[in-house]
Amino acid sequence: MQSELTVIWAGIIVFAVAMYVVMDGFDLGIGILFTRFRVGTERNTAMNAIAPVWDGNETWLVLGGGGLMAAFPLAYAIILPALYAPMIAMLLGLVFRGVAFEFRWRDPNHRARWDAGFCIGSIVATFAQGITLGALLQGIKISGRAYAGGYWDWITPFSLLTGVSLVAGYALLGACWLIWKTSGQVQEEARRFAKTLTSALLAAIAAVSVYTPFLNVKYYDTWFTWPGVCALGVMPVVVAGIGLLLYRRIGKGRDFAPFALTLGLFGLSLLGLAISMWPDLIPSRLSIWNAAAPRSSQLFMLVGACALMPLILGYTAWSYWVFRGKVSETGYH
Amino acid sequence: MTGTETALNLARAQFAFTVSFHFIFPAFSIGLASYLAVLEGLWLKTGKPVYENLFRYWIKIFSIVFGMGVVSGIVMSYQFGTNWAVFSDKTGAIVGPLMAYEVLSAFFLEAGFLGVMLFGVTKVGPKLHFFATCMVAFGTLISATWILAANSWMQTPAGFTLNEVGQFVPKGSWIPIIFNPSFPYRFVHTVIAAFLTTSLVVGAVGAWHLLRDGQNAGARTMFSMAMWMAAIVAPIQILAGDTQGLNTQEYQPAKVMAMEGHFDSYAAGAPLVLIGIPDEENRRMSHSLEIPKLSSLILAHDLNAPLAGLDTIPRKDWPPVAIIFWSFRVMVALGVAILGLGLFSVLARARGKLYEWPLLHRLAVLMGPAGFIAVIAGWVTTEVGRQPFTVYHALRTAESVSPIASPGVTGSLIAFVVVYFATFVSGGIYIVKLMAKPPSTHESLPEPASPRTAGITPAAAIKSGGGA
Ligand code: HDD
Ligand code: HEM
Ligand code: HEM
Repeated sequence: MQSELTVIWAGIIVFAVAMYVVMDGFDLGIGILFTRFRVGTERNTAMNAIAPVWDGNETWLVLGGGGLMAAFPLAYAIILPALYAPMIAMLLGLVFRGVAFEFRWRDPNHRARWDAGFCIGSIVATFAQGITLGALLQGIKISGRAYAGGYWDWITPFSLLTGVSLVAGYALLGACWLIWKTSGQVQEEARRFAKTLTSALLAAIAAVSVYTPFLNVKYYDTWFTWPGVCALGVMPVVVAGIGLLLYRRIGKGRDFAPFALTLGLFGLSLLGLAISMWPDLIPSRLSIWNAAAPRSSQLFMLVGACALMPLILGYTAWSYWVFRGKVSETGYH
Repeated sequence: MTGTETALNLARAQFAFTVSFHFIFPAFSIGLASYLAVLEGLWLKTGKPVYENLFRYWIKIFSIVFGMGVVSGIVMSYQFGTNWAVFSDKTGAIVGPLMAYEVLSAFFLEAGFLGVMLFGVTKVGPKLHFFATCMVAFGTLISATWILAANSWMQTPAGFTLNEVGQFVPKGSWIPIIFNPSFPYRFVHTVIAAFLTTSLVVGAVGAWHLLRDGQNAGARTMFSMAMWMAAIVAPIQILAGDTQGLNTQEYQPAKVMAMEGHFDSYAAGAPLVLIGIPDEENRRMSHSLEIPKLSSLILAHDLNAPLAGLDTIPRKDWPPVAIIFWSFRVMVALGVAILGLGLFSVLARARGKLYEWPLLHRLAVLMGPAGFIAVIAGWVTTEVGRQPFTVYHALRTAESVSPIASPGVTGSLIAFVVVYFATFVSGGIYIVKLMAKPPSTHESLPEPASPRTAGITPAAAIKSGGGA
């Protein structure tokens, strides 16, 4: 039972992270692209496309972090100090991103400054999250129950690559969200960005996928032996297929399809990641079993999660429903 | 100071700085969310436009406060891991689930309904909108419940055992963990503090506009509501503080000794030190002004009761006395001042001069920030008084910290200070600017819910807002 609970909690945390990546991904993505939109109507519209939902989206990050501390305290206690600088950078980036929603309306004289803060904050937060992913994949030094590496260990070519990849990925999500939620000038701009970004993201996925198996023998074994090779054979084909379809749909005046297809790309990347990592939280050093909180804690939280998660998904869906349809500069139609 | 000691103190400074900043916002938004729910409810019930306009007036301020609360809160939840890794490893199984419940039951609720509350006025019916406002207000209270349960558990830990690797794990039921001995007191005192803080701000804004235009309907209504709140709640808060102090005396006597400035034990009848300079080195108060026997009366309800002092506590378990001594006095002095304001308003009301007594209005303006200062002073008393432990008598602060060397923590601390001042001070200025505008009879909604009609320039909007 202990071990099943642990697997369930690993699943819940992966779910929270996936929800976060998708939902905050598109609003960080809009932030990344923000200053490329023209001052005035275009920027206001882009902002309005996320203003009512960003707080809920970001809450998944709090659930991911808080859930990790509660269900796998040891992993939380090792990963966060190991990634000290990127974590602080991410938090500060999110501060700028979060306050900009209000401040840009309040202060027309300095609107350009808050717009820039919104954009830079989004880029910094995204890049830091990408670095975190890369640093985690490449491994973290541990001794006893603590992080044993240095302050700058997280900087490697691989982590920089994952950082850049995530910036491209979120930006694509953001562009596709705008294709869906806006019309006219903004939508056209978004389509242009989405085209470029699709190529960038596909290149990034390819590079990360080729690099990963050589980071750690374990990944190599996972991917180059049965049953991993099956996935290895299928995944690139599916990714390429979705990518091609996405590229064509962006241009074809379909409004929702590009977002859905981008989600597909993110889903596959996450699946690949999960296959590489399973069952470790820190590759080859700390498994979910070793990091698990006691059964009592996991069970106590599971009761809450089972009771509340459906409600959360319900009213989140409702709030998206309230703001359905295309947005304009002055709000929702 | 050794290298590790410096790193520890930097981490403490960083935590204290970021959490103090964070709490300024919830202290306001917990109270304001409930106030907005009351205003909207009154509007639905009576149909009086003044309530609708006040609702629209304060919701614009609320949206800024809430946003800053969220971003500064996210910093907190990650800081347990970045800077207090050993603490997280050891207490994660107990503190973690409490905070996970906070996310699941409160943060999602607030966030889910916040969008509708701020931008959905024209999208959903008034009843549904009122429901959304209530959910946000309810969410802020649930949030306070869980985080205070976590904090109180650190103050008065209960219901745990230590496992083979030294982690705190639940012994059995979660009830003693959540309802640990200091939680009910802390919850009541902190939530009332949030309501009081909000009422002082609302009262100050009302008073400010009454001083300029005694006929402004919005200013009159908000001032009257705020003064009722202050008059009724201030005495309750003082009572709550007193009972909390008694509870603290039972579970964390060293903290109360430091608050009282009692270095020595008294065999019969301890004096109340009103003011003085704590001298930790020589273990005595200098230049103190004392009232004989009063401390025994307050803490033991008996003029001649014996009272133990810090001389009964090993030196290595002392909290920093001077900080606690002073922060406690700041809080209590402000509590008394708030009570005074409340009583003054009752007098003015009885004489029918609530809206025509400039002295009262000036005092109310002056007291606007008092709640924030009292709240921070109270938390400093609480948290510094818990030192040198993070989990009282079970885990030392020095044993809780992450293995991050001082240069790393120095860098992050500087970054936090710079970014927080740049963003939150700007936010504060925007809030004050909104408050400086008198409530109008045609308050606009927050963007983007309110269509800004083409042709109305900001100048025109301000003009139309000015004519109440
Ligand atoms: C508007 C805010 C406010 C006001 C006017 C007061 N307090 Fe307070 N006090 C708080 C806001 C607060 C707080 C911020 O909410 C604290 C910090 C942690 C807590 O539990 O409540 C607190 C803590 C706190 C503690 C520490 C408890 C502990 O650490 O275990 C004591 C003993 C008191 N208070 C007592 C009082 C007394 C006797 C007051 C009246 C004169 C008073 N407070 C006014
Ligand atoms: C919101 C109001 C709060 C304020 C203003 C506050 C203030 C402080 C201060 C001043 C310190 C430094 C004490 C010292 O080092 O001497 C501190 C430390 C700390 N507090 Fe709080 N605190 C608050 C709430 C909380 C809550 C809700 C928790 C936990 C759930 C918490 C957990 C901690 C921890 C882990 C430390 C670091 C270790 C330490 O120095 O004791 N605090 N806080
Ligand atoms: C160290 C302790 C604390 C941590 C880790 C923490 C964490 C957080 C986080 C992550 C958020 C953002 C939630 C979101 O994404 O919507 C938040 C907001 C909030 N927190 Fe804290 N918090 C702490 C202390 C407190 C205390 C002591 C209280 C109240 C007594 C409190 C009340 C709130 C409320 C009401 C909000 C909603 C936003 C707002 O009102 O501005 N927090 N907190």
